[in-house]
Amino acid sequence: MKLVKFCLLLALMVTFVGAVNVKAQDGGEGLTIGFSQIGSESAWRTSFTDAVKAEAEARGINLLFSDAQQQQENQIAAMRAWIAQGDVDAIILAPVVESGWDDVLQEAQDAGIPVVIVDRNVDSDPSLYVTRVSSDFVHEGRLAAAWLVQATSGQCNIVELQGTVGSAAANDRMTGFKEVIALFPGMQIVASETGDFVRAQGKQVMESFLSSMDPSEICAVWAHNDDMAIGAIEAIKEAGLVPGQDILVVSVDAIPDIFDSLDAGEANATVELSPFMGGPAFDAVVATLNGEELPKWIPVAGKLYTSRAAYDADHQ
Amino acid sequence: MSTNEQPALLEVRGLTKTFTATPALSEVDFTLYPGEVHAVLGENGAGKSTLIKVITGVYKRDAGTIRLNGKLIEPRSPGHAQELGISAVYQEINLIPTLSVAENLYVGRQPRFLGMVSMQLMNKKARKLLKTFNIDIDVTRDLSSYSIAIQQIVAIVRGVDLSAKILILDEPTSSLDRHEVETLFSVIRSLKEHGIGILLITHFLDQVYEISDRITVLRNGRKVGEHLTKELPRAKLISEMLGREFTETLGKRSNQITNGDSKQDTFLDIKGFAKRGMIEPFDLEIKKGEIVGLAGLLGSGRTEMGHLVFGINRSEKGEAFVEGKKVKISSPHKAIRYGFGLCPEDRKVEGLIADLTIRENIILALQAKLGWYRHIPYKRQEQYADEMIEALHIVTTDAEKPVRELSGGNQQKVILARWLVSNPELLILDEPTRGIDIGAHAEIINIIKRLAKEGKAMMVISSELAEVVDYSDRVVVLRDRKKLTELTGDEISEDAIMHAIAEK
Amino acid sequence: MVEMEKQVLTPVNENKPQKATNFKWRNIFRGDNRALWTILALIIILFVDRMVSPTFFTVRMVNGRLTGSLINTLDGAAPIMLLSIGMTLVIATKGVDLSVGAVMAICAAVSAVLINRHEAGSDNILYYPGFVIAIAILVGALCGLWNGILVALFDIQPIIATLILMVAGRGIAQMITDGQSPTYTDETLAYMGQGTIFGMPFPVYVAAIALVVVYLLVRRTALGLLIESVGINAKASHYTGVNATVIKLFVYIISGICAAIAGLIVAGENTYADPHTAGLWSELDAIVAVVIGGTLLSGGRFSLVLSAMGALIIQSLRIGLYISDLHPNANLVVKAIVILLVLLLQSKEFKQAVGRLFKPVLKLRAVFK
Repeated sequence: MKLVKFCLLLALMVTFVGAVNVKAQDGGEGLTIGFSQIGSESAWRTSFTDAVKAEAEARGINLLFSDAQQQQENQIAAMRAWIAQGDVDAIILAPVVESGWDDVLQEAQDAGIPVVIVDRNVDSDPSLYVTRVSSDFVHEGRLAAAWLVQATSGQCNIVELQGTVGSAAANDRMTGFKEVIALFPGMQIVASETGDFVRAQGKQVMESFLSSMDPSEICAVWAHNDDMAIGAIEAIKEAGLVPGQDILVVSVDAIPDIFDSLDAGEANATVELSPFMGGPAFDAVVATLNGEELPKWIPVAGKLYTSRAAYDADHQ
Repeated sequence: MSTNEQPALLEVRGLTKTFTATPALSEVDFTLYPGEVHAVLGENGAGKSTLIKVITGVYKRDAGTIRLNGKLIEPRSPGHAQELGISAVYQEINLIPTLSVAENLYVGRQPRFLGMVSMQLMNKKARKLLKTFNIDIDVTRDLSSYSIAIQQIVAIVRGVDLSAKILILDEPTSSLDRHEVETLFSVIRSLKEHGIGILLITHFLDQVYEISDRITVLRNGRKVGEHLTKELPRAKLISEMLGREFTETLGKRSNQITNGDSKQDTFLDIKGFAKRGMIEPFDLEIKKGEIVGLAGLLGSGRTEMGHLVFGINRSEKGEAFVEGKKVKISSPHKAIRYGFGLCPEDRKVEGLIADLTIRENIILALQAKLGWYRHIPYKRQEQYADEMIEALHIVTTDAEKPVRELSGGNQQKVILARWLVSNPELLILDEPTRGIDIGAHAEIINIIKRLAKEGKAMMVISSELAEVVDYSDRVVVLRDRKKLTELTGDEISEDAIMHAIAEK
Repeated sequence: MVEMEKQVLTPVNENKPQKATNFKWRNIFRGDNRALWTILALIIILFVDRMVSPTFFTVRMVNGRLTGSLINTLDGAAPIMLLSIGMTLVIATKGVDLSVGAVMAICAAVSAVLINRHEAGSDNILYYPGFVIAIAILVGALCGLWNGILVALFDIQPIIATLILMVAGRGIAQMITDGQSPTYTDETLAYMGQGTIFGMPFPVYVAAIALVVVYLLVRRTALGLLIESVGINAKASHYTGVNATVIKLFVYIISGICAAIAGLIVAGENTYADPHTAGLWSELDAIVAVVIGGTLLSGGRFSLVLSAMGALIIQSLRIGLYISDLHPNANLVVKAIVILLVLLLQSKEFKQAVGRLFKPVLKLRAVFK
């Protein structure tokens, strides 16, 4: 018992010292930050987690990582534990759902622990958290459209593979894409169907498009993620056409598999859904601990890549 | 009854209830006085459960009156009947096993102290309440931690405490052992002292004579007699229940043992089979070509004996020998391997595969015996079905009809056919003639006799005494889940069977 | 297909072909038989598809591969058809197998992980494509055995027993792939999903062969009868000596094997195994296919061929939605409405009610005449 108490005391002292040191560090060195991640449901999610951990290590931040395994309860429990122990300087939350965060955010605020939201949104009052760092889906749609306009000189019949119906990623990417092609009368979406962000479904939907239309009339596939694009490439090949030439392929995410397709010339462009949200999030933490006011949304813009080389050059 | 000076507690007059053209109760009178135990007895279909269901408002009566303390009442539901003062406790207890005894007693009406539910007060009241019945148990323990008898008593006490003037007990002792029955009876006796009228339904005749003051006998929906228990000899009671006069010599035996040779070989020899709560240890021997009848009242253990022999329930002790070889009858599947077959009492639930065709039902037992990989060729199946339809006179247009479309008698024949096709050495028939028309009735009895002549061992369970007397070479008599005696050859008569059942 | 139909509606009888044929027609047109309505529903949906897309029935040969919406429908229906074959047997015993989607993911993951080792240069014979396929199928059979043990030996309600693997299965698949979605290039495994024979996609052959094999297995032996008997009245079957434990183990194992093959096909189509999405919600498609095929969820009589048709109905409906101009938001609602209509078409009570509704109209017409 004595030993436990001693350890607790020691931990408190260490935190205290850390807290005193806060203001001195620009990159956040010496800070203890809790990071509550949704889980590891996709390859992208895993790389996102890895990127945050790597960033923390590079900056000398002590990152307390908690995998919620898709459960909001787990996230709330982890946050409450951090708040109760009082040993974190800030919390980074990647929320699994939008609603139900008011209480725990309020508790964090009462305890004086700033919370930065990353990736998905929360519907709580913005005063309860510092800022939200997330990808700009609309921007991704715009980038993809801009590239396609340029590649086809503004003349193209596009088939669209939508993400899960109603998801923010699908809605916003569609919005951004349409904004841009609306400026060019020669660009139009001739068919649009959901493939649920899933490779197999992307393939099935593309197969149906190719069967029900004259394939020579289709100039490009615009897929809301790389998985569906890869499925569509399979379908195009099976229909006896050459993906990347007969039908252009542009998508979002920049997962490793799509670069194989880019290398083979079967895909044409992908917009990065940046997993590198750790940097901006840590910057926000440092800024707010230094008393700076921050905008309520810090978009992380991904770039468009047409080759593995270009991507690698950006990610040393 | 003139002996009773007090006014009646419950008076039922001319009660009639008909289900889709078949009368379940016709013009039944029933009177219950305060402080008495009144047993209602009768065989299957006599109308006992219909009577209590009408009194407790489960069924609406077609005609008749019910008076409680002289006032006409109209119970609309069991809950309403309870409000009026009529509580019923059934065999399966309607309490919550995971709540404590006290909580079960007061669930929905917990005593409050200053507006709050007071556990302490509740436990105190519960202890006091049970004390009045000489039951001293820890009321804070879960109900499920107590024996069935205690659970039953808690159910009764709750019923009584809910203002009951009349308590209906439906087979309260069927799952209790002797000691537990004693405990229950002491509670019933103290209820009598409190002036509560008790309507008791039970199959145990010894218990009826032990606890009841008055007996009403029902048969086929009619009241056939009301007697003070002490004035009613057992033999008379049984003859009333079965509808047979003792003096009459009924049912000429047609199946005299004539040919001794073929009946020498023992097929099945059972020594000391028993299962707690079902049947007490018994021996049973069946020879090839012999028909053994099982006689006894409802609940006497006759069906249970059949189930133990066929492996539906495993015997807890004893041994079985088939043609001298020791066998383990652990499941019907095994029993069938040894050459047994069983036509169950409840055709619909335990016998027929309703949606399958007549053909498929007929070949099912043989196919199960052969195993799934030794498929009976379709042509063979058709032959079996056609042969059986002809041999047993099953009335149908063809063998491809779903068996559910047949009449009761024809369904029974299909089940018989199922076993005949599988060619068993021992056939157990449980109530083979119940619920079928007269023509089919005679045919089935003829089939039973024919099978015995062909050398099959037959074990027939029946509540039709005349029938049992007619075809049996030997009759095993049971009462209260115990084998009492065996009657052989010329000893067999309805009189003898009834005397055996009535004997103390 | 037509040949199979004949067999399922008429108990097998090679010796009396004459009688068998008569029996079939009488059975199809009997009021309470759903076969006719299932076939009718399929035909109607196919023709609606044809109206939506004029090229629906057009089949072209491109690079030795048949293409066209009809081929897409058959190809896409193959995994559902496989699942529905196993599901039919399970449902006939009054059970249900919710785990088939997860088992697909597990087997896809197993195949991808093992073949990756082969591609990485391992000489272990177990990593050769043929063995990988065999191992994946064996894993599916084991998953089925697990379900079967819970249901048959421990007497757990099928919906709960298989829910366990449904929930845990995707986690198991993720553990197998270490959280990744591995891709592979092996041609044998790719052939499972992408190969063609005479231009027809290989999955179509797999589904058809599975249908024939399982059909023969249950109808040329007594299994079919025993399965139905257990499903209709378990107690009576027990009293008749039917060994329900063996029967139940058998149907869940078949269901697991079917799911494994479906998983290999889905993985082969994209040469990758995604533990999160492979076979996601497939169990529901399979259950709906079985119900459309006329097998009652309360067990009993079943028809494998009609369940396969149910799978075709679901897929032609899905393809129809893909090629229609309907907004994707409406997909699920339209799908639900069409399936409801198909089920209503089979419901005797509904048809009677409609009949009563039209009675006054008919009477009125008679008056005016």
